Amino acid sequence: MSKPDSRPASIALPATEPVAGRRFAGFAPAHVLVAFLLLVSLAPVVLPEFYVTLLNYIGLYALVALGLVLLTGVGGLTSFGQAAFVGLGAYTTGVLTASPDLPGWLAWAGGSPWLALVIGLLLTALVALLVGSLTLRLSGHFLPLGTIAWGISLYFLFGTMETLGGHTGLTGIPSISIFGWELDEGREIFYLIWVFLLAAVLTTRNLLDSREGRAIRALKGGMVMAEAMGVNTSRSRMVIFVIAALHAAASGWLYAHMQRFVNPTPFGLHIGIEYLFMAVVGGAGQVWGAIVGAGIITVMKQWLQDWLPKLFGASGNFEVIVFGLMMVVILHRARDGVWPLLAKLVPVRGQHIEVDATAAALPRREMPARGERILEARKVTRKFGGLVANNDMNLHVEAGEILALIGPNGAGKSTMFNQLSGVDTPTSGEVLFRGKSIAGHASREIAGLGMSRTFQHVKLLPKMSVLENVAIGAHLRGSGSVVPAAWRLERGEEARLIAEAAHQIKRVGLEEYMHEEAGSLALGQQRILEIARALASDPCLLLLDEPAAGLRFKEKEALGELLSKLRSEGMAILLVEHDMDFVMGLVDRVVVMEFGQKIAEGLPEEIQKNPAVLEAYLGGVE
Amino acid sequence: MNTIAQPVLEVRDLCVAYGKVEALTNANIRVGEGQIVTVIGPNGAGKTTMLSAIVGLLESKGQVAFNGRVEVSPDVERMVAGGMSLVPEKRELFGEMSIEDNLLLGAFHRYRTGKRDHAETMNEVFELFPRLKERRAQQAGTLSGGERQMLAVGRALMGKPRLLMLDEPSLGLAPLITREIFRIIAELRKTGVSILLVEQNARAALAVADYAYVLETGGVAMEGPAHDLRDDPRVIETYLGLGGKHQDMLAT
Amino acid sequence: MDLQIAILLGQDGITTGAIYALLALALVLVFAVTRVIFIPQGEFVAFGALTLASLQGGNTPATLWLLLGCGVAVAAVDGLAAVRRGDARRLVSILGWNLAYPLALAALFYASQPGAMPMLLQILVALAIVVPLGPMIYRLAFQPIAEAPVLILLIVSVALHVTLVGLGLLFFGAEGTRTPAFSDAQFELGSIMISGQQLWVVGTSALLIAVLYLFFGRTIYGKALRATAINRNGARLMGFSPVFAGKLTFLLAAFIGALSGVLIAPVTTIYYDTGFLIGLKGFVAAIIGGLASYPLAAAGALTVGLLESFSSFWASAYKEVIVFTLIIPVLLWQSLTSHHIDEEE
Repeated sequence: MSKPDSRPASIALPATEPVAGRRFAGFAPAHVLVAFLLLVSLAPVVLPEFYVTLLNYIGLYALVALGLVLLTGVGGLTSFGQAAFVGLGAYTTGVLTASPDLPGWLAWAGGSPWLALVIGLLLTALVALLVGSLTLRLSGHFLPLGTIAWGISLYFLFGTMETLGGHTGLTGIPSISIFGWELDEGREIFYLIWVFLLAAVLTTRNLLDSREGRAIRALKGGMVMAEAMGVNTSRSRMVIFVIAALHAAASGWLYAHMQRFVNPTPFGLHIGIEYLFMAVVGGAGQVWGAIVGAGIITVMKQWLQDWLPKLFGASGNFEVIVFGLMMVVILHRARDGVWPLLAKLVPVRGQHIEVDATAAALPRREMPARGERILEARKVTRKFGGLVANNDMNLHVEAGEILALIGPNGAGKSTMFNQLSGVDTPTSGEVLFRGKSIAGHASREIAGLGMSRTFQHVKLLPKMSVLENVAIGAHLRGSGSVVPAAWRLERGEEARLIAEAAHQIKRVGLEEYMHEEAGSLALGQQRILEIARALASDPCLLLLDEPAAGLRFKEKEALGELLSKLRSEGMAILLVEHDMDFVMGLVDRVVVMEFGQKIAEGLPEEIQKNPAVLEAYLGGVE
Repeated sequence: MNTIAQPVLEVRDLCVAYGKVEALTNANIRVGEGQIVTVIGPNGAGKTTMLSAIVGLLESKGQVAFNGRVEVSPDVERMVAGGMSLVPEKRELFGEMSIEDNLLLGAFHRYRTGKRDHAETMNEVFELFPRLKERRAQQAGTLSGGERQMLAVGRALMGKPRLLMLDEPSLGLAPLITREIFRIIAELRKTGVSILLVEQNARAALAVADYAYVLETGGVAMEGPAHDLRDDPRVIETYLGLGGKHQDMLAT
Repeated sequence: MDLQIAILLGQDGITTGAIYALLALALVLVFAVTRVIFIPQGEFVAFGALTLASLQGGNTPATLWLLLGCGVAVAAVDGLAAVRRGDARRLVSILGWNLAYPLALAALFYASQPGAMPMLLQILVALAIVVPLGPMIYRLAFQPIAEAPVLILLIVSVALHVTLVGLGLLFFGAEGTRTPAFSDAQFELGSIMISGQQLWVVGTSALLIAVLYLFFGRTIYGKALRATAINRNGARLMGFSPVFAGKLTFLLAAFIGALSGVLIAPVTTIYYDTGFLIGLKGFVAAIIGGLASYPLAAAGALTVGLLESFSSFWASAYKEVIVFTLIIPVLLWQSLTSHHIDEEE
């Protein structure tokens, strides 16, 4: 009768609740990585030849797919043409190492696979720059079609140029040797392939976790936001295009020396399509997804080729049919690819970015003198067809003051905001920022001069942490570029950027959410996050589009205090707002718009008594 | 409570969330046969969200009963076929098509079910909006703001709806045009159509409506016959988001 | 090159250009209404041609079994939903179109000798088999993911292409076919010889384009499709369901594809995988039209056809390179001339 569990219910601990701290939080990432590396390095020792060959192919394909993960999954640019870049790498080394009689001017480059690798990569970079400068300007669906076009063109060139051996291709390509060690067997070249692949995976990961990487990841959040934060989006697009092409060319080089001959078949459009399948099936935003995708598709094809003829007889190519159908089914069931599902099976402890509190503060801009006219709109008119959205608008903001632009819905405030921030250009009139006209300047240049903004419809990268989102704002305050980022040589500057972002997050009061995904925040908090991001650029003018919408009373108070403090530091602030209570208690001056025009301007108390304003807000129908 | 025996539309505990963010919580609305009911409230209160959920453009929780038939998850095609018509805030006109074609498409679901009286209905719409008749061949994208709104309303009327839902018909329009639009809304009452009117322009909306709801961040804060709410200082306060210290503003 | 050859090449170019024009129209339509870049458009060309050839050879075309298979799948998916909702009328229509119709076609083959039919009837039967595949494929592959990003729709589209080419090889084998010409007539115009088949191709294409023009300009269903392309939400609010729009669009695309196949089968040899390149050239034409403008797409198609035929004379090995490289300057010109604030959907 006196069982231990007969204690009073009120103090009994529910047995199912795990004790805090002892719950399994997942494996440490480093342990998982080491285990994976061990498995990979043991594979050629224990596996039969057939599986080693399969793994070699998976490695080669994954290298190309990895480039597509960066290009398509992260950057949002779809390419069907990667197989052509693989061909470029393969044919370059094929010609240089296997041709018996190179023309005189090329003779110096012949014979050495390693020299051919360097030349192949340079040539690929050159071609990618050329093709990219022609096709990357294309937006949306034009780009994939453009890549089909040059993918096919290059493929046909491989098949028709006589120096490339036509459709029979080139034979007699030597194997690669490292310090005299000939890699002429599958088991040997296996290590080279996987070293290339793992190096590519790690450098890609490093790159994505850097200043340049954040700029690349911002491409998917829309050009307007990225450019407003100072990112040169066309450069970022080109960067990932060239990187993806180089990965493909390296894969081609390895392929040529593994096969010891090349012909055009593996570089056609159909293979380019397969590479894209791999990236999408693996999980188009995930670096490890490339290996998963390449693995699934290579094994699936092999398996289908082995088994279907046994089931249905040898006639017909059932594997292609089933393969296509399986792709459709996978995309119906798992739109984000397979990697996220796999990642759930092997829980890896989440890691968040360390903030180094000791990092030196970034240099700051010299603030303009209080009272200096920071922004001025002169007779700004904007027409859309027959609609006049802004008519003859004049306004200005001084350093150390807060100006509110108010007006009922549809009054043209957003259009005005676009004119002021340089996103749109007035039909007539001009906008001066610190005395200079901003017409014709890119948003990122204007951002560089010290103007920063938030967006009415919040533009964040929902899957990125709050900290990284804010760090995008500091883009122009760093200079670390692609190669140092890939090899982690810019960590000093990176620490300072991250510390600055963390500082701004604390300043706006979001520090408890620093490592959360931005998309998990409430809408009001996301607006505050945008203010932190704008502040990270060290601006002298803040343009805020409805910052108080969706905030609770206490949060509004805190926001008001923050803006007052910024004002006292000499910041010029322009805000578009609907919340009159918030506006009237905070700002220095108010400009009221209706029907695209200014109907009143003055101190808050004057505006509140202005009959035209009352009419505009409450409606004019008796 | 809007006490009508047989409501055309009855919305019960309607909730809408965008991801984790709740945009509308437990909205309860009734519209009676031939009534004009208005929903007013400040920006971001969830007015547009509510209309989109009722017509089935947005997923929602709760109940929408239309013509006495309960829909747990409304479906746009079914609602439109049943006689519900929404004039959305953005108008959603077919910009590269003529006024006539825009109107014709308003009668699409009737045409499809064999009711081919669009020519007559179009004449009725043209009587209501003579300006549209003058410009019947003009492309919708080239119209001015007021004409666009007229076309949007006219297009909705082409479907001979039982319930017409108008989302901010005065948005961005000059006072004269706003007055014209509201005159037409009042005139529509004669045709027997029930109207659910979402507005920012509180005075105009309350002047034309029978019954009103005040929506405030996510839920119904106040309701009552329109003429009772018209002069209620609390409405104006909620509506403008004015705290106590700005009460003096209303005194003038 | 003398004038004679130039005229000959010009004729060839116009004939193939007419086909590209039809395909370009279908591609523009499908993209505008459903956001799907319809890579398998070319497979409908091949299926149309090869189904006709198979009929003429006195065989039962294997595409009939594909139609039956797709019909069973659609009937299962939609029929189950209708049963669950207790919608008996819908169930009847679903079973009718997806099961009874293919079975009726199969019965026709059982009862008659397709090889002995007159050619016009054979063509109609070929279309009756291939065209319904369009809406069925929309139902099975695209309707469940209609709201997905363009990239996912594109990948599914490509996967379908892979499947259909595989099926093409299984159904028709690797050997190419050429069907007999509709007419053996030859017309002499001064020193120019024009074959009756070329007139058939160009004439039918022109007629079909005119019919489509009337469909989109004069009928309420055509206008509703255009409206969907202009403003999806607006069209939905008129009671025009995106599902219906999708099926109707795919029906038209399949019809245009299959008819194109029937038209060119006597002019060029069609293999199971010929459709892909033909479809892609339709794409080049559509891109020249900016995937938006029908007349420009048609003009682009003629350009592609002429370019192809002339480059096959001057540099036949580089024919494809020239055609596909043409796209790039055109694209560049387009992106330079159309300035807009680039923003996500």
